[in-house]
Amino acid sequence: MIEIRNLSKRYGNLLAVDDISFRVEPGQVLGFLGPNGAGKSTTMKMVAGFLAPTAGSIKVAGFDVIEQPMEAKRRIGYLPEGAPAYGEMTPRGFLDFVADIRGLDGDVRRKRLDEVVGRLNLQRVLDQSIETLSKGFKRRVGLAQAILHDPQVLILDEPTDGLDPNQKHEVRSLIQDMAKDKIIVISTHILEEVHALCSRAIVIAGGKLLADATPAELERRSRYHGAVSLTTKDTPQVVEALRGLSEVAQVEIDARDGRITAFPRAGVALFPVVSELIRNRNFPVDELAFESGRLDEVFRQITVSAQGERAHA
Amino acid sequence: MKSATWSIFRRELAGYFATPVAYVFIAIFLILASAMCFYMGGFFERGQADLAAFFAFHPWLYLFLVPAVAMRLWAEERKSGTIELLLTLPVTTWQAVLGKFLAAWAFIGIALLLTFPVWITVNYLGDPDNGAIVAGYIGSLLMAGAFLAIGSCLSAATRNQVIAFILTVVVCFLLLLAGYPLVLDAFSAWAPQAIVDGIASISFLTHFQAISKGVIDLRDLVYFGLMIGAWLYASALVVEMKKAD
Repeated sequence: MIEIRNLSKRYGNLLAVDDISFRVEPGQVLGFLGPNGAGKSTTMKMVAGFLAPTAGSIKVAGFDVIEQPMEAKRRIGYLPEGAPAYGEMTPRGFLDFVADIRGLDGDVRRKRLDEVVGRLNLQRVLDQSIETLSKGFKRRVGLAQAILHDPQVLILDEPTDGLDPNQKHEVRSLIQDMAKDKIIVISTHILEEVHALCSRAIVIAGGKLLADATPAELERRSRYHGAVSLTTKDTPQVVEALRGLSEVAQVEIDARDGRITAFPRAGVALFPVVSELIRNRNFPVDELAFESGRLDEVFRQITVSAQGERAHA
Repeated sequence: MKSATWSIFRRELAGYFATPVAYVFIAIFLILASAMCFYMGGFFERGQADLAAFFAFHPWLYLFLVPAVAMRLWAEERKSGTIELLLTLPVTTWQAVLGKFLAAWAFIGIALLLTFPVWITVNYLGDPDNGAIVAGYIGSLLMAGAFLAIGSCLSAATRNQVIAFILTVVVCFLLLLAGYPLVLDAFSAWAPQAIVDGIASISFLTHFQAISKGVIDLRDLVYFGLMIGAWLYASALVVEMKKAD
């Protein structure tokens, strides 16, 4: 379990993290969302024991990160932003070094090394110096280092940043595989990733915790939630008909691709109504979609207003 | 406790030899050490079977070569971001400072050991006091350690290796000459005599020369021990303080 209470970090005049509190239970994958400079990395650095908080407390698996740093660090696997590693070393040498420091030896050590090398497909590059590896491999070496000791808690700062779509997919399935019995905290800019990976999302901007909910709950805050969108050759007529429905609050037409979106009045299930309308009137509809909500819109809504406040303050 | 320092020590020492820099450094050290000894020191002309001419130039050789080794100790970790990785492993700051320092010291020790042909030469040519030569080596290694501890601290203070190098050279130069008019004159005009004496007593050169004459005095050993310990302690403080930026 991770337990964070009233955590703050101040750099000179800048309050990078402002009184954040939350808990994470085993089995949860927590996504940290926020614009650049929101305080995500700073928070993760404090949880990992790299930076000391200005105020507040952090407990990891029952150990206070400040009072008992060694006990806490033993239970954490951490991938810093950009996956730094010693460039002149080979992945083999680097993982051996981490295994040494983590105190792994004998059979356990061999098994764990084999396991992470296999899981991250590092066999081919084991004896090549890290500085000559591609970005994808460097990231995988960083991940291998983080999961080597099979930690209870994984803190991954932008684990898929800069990877190509295939590599992103690999890293995501790796995280999903490990999610069952661990606590995983990842930070990301990629909202689809929150959807694909996280059981919970925390939105931070300007150092403040602005939202703490499941991705589905966040989507429900979107004005697109429950909306119906469609494309048709007969736009004017369809728009006219949609506007005539009492369940529809508003109709918008995308100027670029002509997509029509109908927004429901509060608490109304719009999809069956619209599909019935299309069937009855026999409209030539190419595509009909139910909108569960748009995370990017919710994200903007939450973070932009917070930053505006901050700029005025 | 011991094993983390040991792991860091091994990684760092292997790191020196992973690049050609280590071999270039050792070659330059050996060439300069022998050139200074045989040409500038007048090793043969002195007609004495000892290594005084050899050790006399070590402080000046170290003044530039040790800061070159020390400058990357922490500046590079901070620049590449690996400091974040290292210090979130179950390692204390002190273990990391110590492991890195000992590896750099061992590296310089290896370079120093490789000057053994000079020792063979002087034994072949005459009948030197080998006890005094051992003392000279010990003094030389201790002084290198003190320079290195200073370099470790200043390397932790910046992420720029060039700045770390220059600062270390300047501080080492001042400490080297603390017992000489160049430095003392700046203080003797206004400071009380006790302070001037105090400054004079922290001179590297006086303590080094005492040892390299073959007299291992406990006070000189304590001096170098304290010097190394204090600068390493300061290194740990600076690493803690500066790691955030």
